[in-house]
Amino acid sequence: MRARGTTPILGRGIHSGNDGGSDSGSHSEVGNSNSKENGNGSHNDSEVDVVRRNALKLSGLTIAFLWTGTRGTASAAINARRQPGDAAAAVADGNPPFAPNAFVRVDADGSVRLVMPNVEMGQGIYTGACMMLAEELDVGMDQIKVEHAPPNEELYSMPLLGGQITGGSTSTRGHWGVLREAGAVARSMLVAAAAERWHVDPATCTVSRGVVTHQSSKRSLGFGALAKSAGALPTPAKVTLKDPKAFALIGKPLRRVDSADKVKGATQFGIDVHVPGMKIATVKACPTFGGRLVGINDKRTRAIPGVIAVIQLDSAVAVVGEHFWAAKQGLEALDIEWDLGDNATLSTAKLREALADKSQSGTPIVAREAGKKPTDGKLVEAVYQSPMLAHATMEPLNTTVWVTADKCQIWVGTQVPTRCVAVAAKITGLPEDKIELHNQYLGGGFGRRLETDSVEQAVNLAKQVSYPIKVIWTREEDIRHDIVRPMYYDRISALLDSNGRPIWYGDRVTGGTVLGRWAPMAMEKNGLDSDAVECVAEVPYDIPNLKVEWVRHDMPEGLIVGWWRGVGPTHNLFVVESFMDELAHTAGKDPLEYRRALLQKNPRSLALLNLAAEKIGWSSKPLPARVGRGIALGEPFGSRVCVIVEAEVTPQGEVLLRRAVVALDCGIAINPSSVEAQVQGGLVFGLSAALYSGITVKHGAIEQSNFHDYRSLRINETPLIELHCIASDQPPGGLGEVGTAIAAPALGNAIFAATGVRLRSLPVDRASLVQNSEALKTVVAENVGGEETGQGARVSRGELA
Amino acid sequence: MFVLHVNGEQRAVDVPADMPLLWVLRDIVGLTGTKFGCGVAQCGACTVHLDGQAVRSCVLPVSAVGDKAITTIEAVGKTPSGHKIQQAWLDVDVVQCGYCQSGQIMSAAALLARTSSPTDADIDAAMSGNICRCGTYVRIRAAIKQAATGKSDALQTIAPGAAGAP
Repeated sequence: MRARGTTPILGRGIHSGNDGGSDSGSHSEVGNSNSKENGNGSHNDSEVDVVRRNALKLSGLTIAFLWTGTRGTASAAINARRQPGDAAAAVADGNPPFAPNAFVRVDADGSVRLVMPNVEMGQGIYTGACMMLAEELDVGMDQIKVEHAPPNEELYSMPLLGGQITGGSTSTRGHWGVLREAGAVARSMLVAAAAERWHVDPATCTVSRGVVTHQSSKRSLGFGALAKSAGALPTPAKVTLKDPKAFALIGKPLRRVDSADKVKGATQFGIDVHVPGMKIATVKACPTFGGRLVGINDKRTRAIPGVIAVIQLDSAVAVVGEHFWAAKQGLEALDIEWDLGDNATLSTAKLREALADKSQSGTPIVAREAGKKPTDGKLVEAVYQSPMLAHATMEPLNTTVWVTADKCQIWVGTQVPTRCVAVAAKITGLPEDKIELHNQYLGGGFGRRLETDSVEQAVNLAKQVSYPIKVIWTREEDIRHDIVRPMYYDRISALLDSNGRPIWYGDRVTGGTVLGRWAPMAMEKNGLDSDAVECVAEVPYDIPNLKVEWVRHDMPEGLIVGWWRGVGPTHNLFVVESFMDELAHTAGKDPLEYRRALLQKNPRSLALLNLAAEKIGWSSKPLPARVGRGIALGEPFGSRVCVIVEAEVTPQGEVLLRRAVVALDCGIAINPSSVEAQVQGGLVFGLSAALYSGITVKHGAIEQSNFHDYRSLRINETPLIELHCIASDQPPGGLGEVGTAIAAPALGNAIFAATGVRLRSLPVDRASLVQNSEALKTVVAENVGGEETGQGARVSRGELA
Repeated sequence: MFVLHVNGEQRAVDVPADMPLLWVLRDIVGLTGTKFGCGVAQCGACTVHLDGQAVRSCVLPVSAVGDKAITTIEAVGKTPSGHKIQQAWLDVDVVQCGYCQSGQIMSAAALLARTSSPTDADIDAAMSGNICRCGTYVRIRAAIKQAATGKSDALQTIAPGAAGAP
């Protein structure tokens, strides 16, 4: 998922516009964020053209109106100051004496509670958001209590997405301004309360660790003692944000706020919720896309001890038990008759064929066209294919619901709390204010929890019983009924001049649209899905002429495609960066030198390329046989990244990841530890997918079912991943999806360097990498990198020195 | 009726003999720190200790437990190796979503209890049954080494931070 607008806008201008005046290094005064313009021009990007400059002037509110979520009403961007609805929210949240906005609560005992507008699914946003708030509030991180936000579009909408949505690597980018401002507003009011009580100038007061002090008279008061009087003061029209040089928290590698509980098993995820009287259900939906339930025979099921009920839905059946085991045993004992529907003969081969046909026969929508295609030059063409992908979050989908006559309570870890409320209201017929949603920690999201299908199903089940039920999907159900990343078919081509330099490139992306279903109002007027062409419509390189098109190819009804960590860029960067290597090879040039020549007008990305090359020691010494290095460079999600993967391909075709070096420019790194974690984790996620993941279809159903046939990278396969971050005073870029998006092309290019085999489809076809038939007579090494094999695939830190 | 020795306490549970220990712990005993990930011993999220040995509780019938001592994530911090591992996990700040980390920590604590100075190969062998979709493996390796040696093996030092998460 991406935020609204063209790529260069994202993370460059559309935050709340109060980025601390980092260029001037001065304090910055900010006013009410509803009334000011965004994109305040602190970004001196020589590449920004006039159209983009105009676009940068759009306010977050305008953007929000462009993308309004599914409920048909435009959402206001969140505000650092009081908003309508704040008072009611604070009352519902323990009625603290001081609640200057939606994010800060100070209780009479001095407790500082911070309400998190985004959800925590591993990306570290609770920590980052706390750092932004605490920095300006002048409290210690150890003094904060963190709270999940309730569903409330007015108070907690993501300005970049126009809804209470966590996704698209937007959380830090979208809240960088507003959360610091919210902290500063609160601090300013607490200081004003102290100054009023002491009859001194507020400017003579200081704040440290939640205590306001008047130095010259040596008087001090804690936030708790000031809370009530601060709560009676008017909200300041302007506050002063800290000079970045004075940051005490931002920029420091601080421990996550959720670590302490997570290492003790004390964190409550959705699946851990316990409601008194609750029963456990597990469910089986029709295996085929769009198939329906005809009937069941539950005689054997009802004989199983602990089975309480069997509930039928249009296309699924659930068994409720005293515990999960009874429910699961009961489900397995059911005789179920399905109507497999129109897709009963659907296969991956048919889907691929239809996609390829559509690429030829479909009507393309031009995403971007510049210059004119020259009449001469050396033509290079390639077709790339990307598979459907499942999310496989470690926590299988689950929802706990209790429907009573006058309300519906839901406990779930979701990236879209307000969408869950909306669907529950529709299903139960209750008004939205009678739907209570209690958000939980998410055991992984990756875009899967941007959907409400499992919540809708659970509400449909719960309204048929009188007690609360926790519906838990098995892993098999979770994979077979994932809302998968679309498959794509790309025809890319380029014309090279006599020096081998591209003078034109063209790409025709063909695939389904996620945006068209999930947020149809965010589609371009000409029908373009901007996500589908992100990172190919704009590339970092200086190529004068180009034409990028998209052909929409909807999947058969019932096969729903969804957001998957890094969606558009993940597939487009694989195509573009693999193809860049193909062009370098055609031109007889080193892939590093080839890219360098094309980056002369893009110093920020050139610096990353050079840094990564230097750190890995590019071409400093020859590599062993069947070991290769692959470069990939991109500018996804408002950040810039270059990764070089070093891989070894065994004679039997196994790929051993030896090392990955990442150079990153993500603007200001709020928490460098989180940045490192996101880059490492994102790369592992992307490398997993590239090496092993592909959802395939047979007889109208997903073939994969669990981690044995939907593999994920394990620790013994994971290389050392080094991150080198460029220090920056630019506003923060997105991070959650950057590592994932850049992984596959670096791997593919490393495999090409190691073997000469160019991989134009994913996942990696290991059979194509077998050295020769003799190699297969040798037993494949069992333990990658283990001492016993002597292969030493992983490079240890000692060897790097 | 089975009598289990869970984290130093005796718990009598009236459950079917084939019910996996995972669901007994989660749904009957009420210890939810042990997680369900796959149900087929592929991901390790359900790892607990039986007499100090790491086992996958999602495929272990409760009838097979006998009188062996069960230790879960909630109590592993009381063992010397468990305490060291949890502290190293904090020092290196391993967790992301955290869902698999109970199992990761249980596997790592069992490793450290039997191998005081694990090599990379030891870590691979002991930890490759635990999947982390967030991809925390680089830090898991660093944390295990740090727990073993007491020396920082992290790429960067993490400063202690906040408390008080919901």
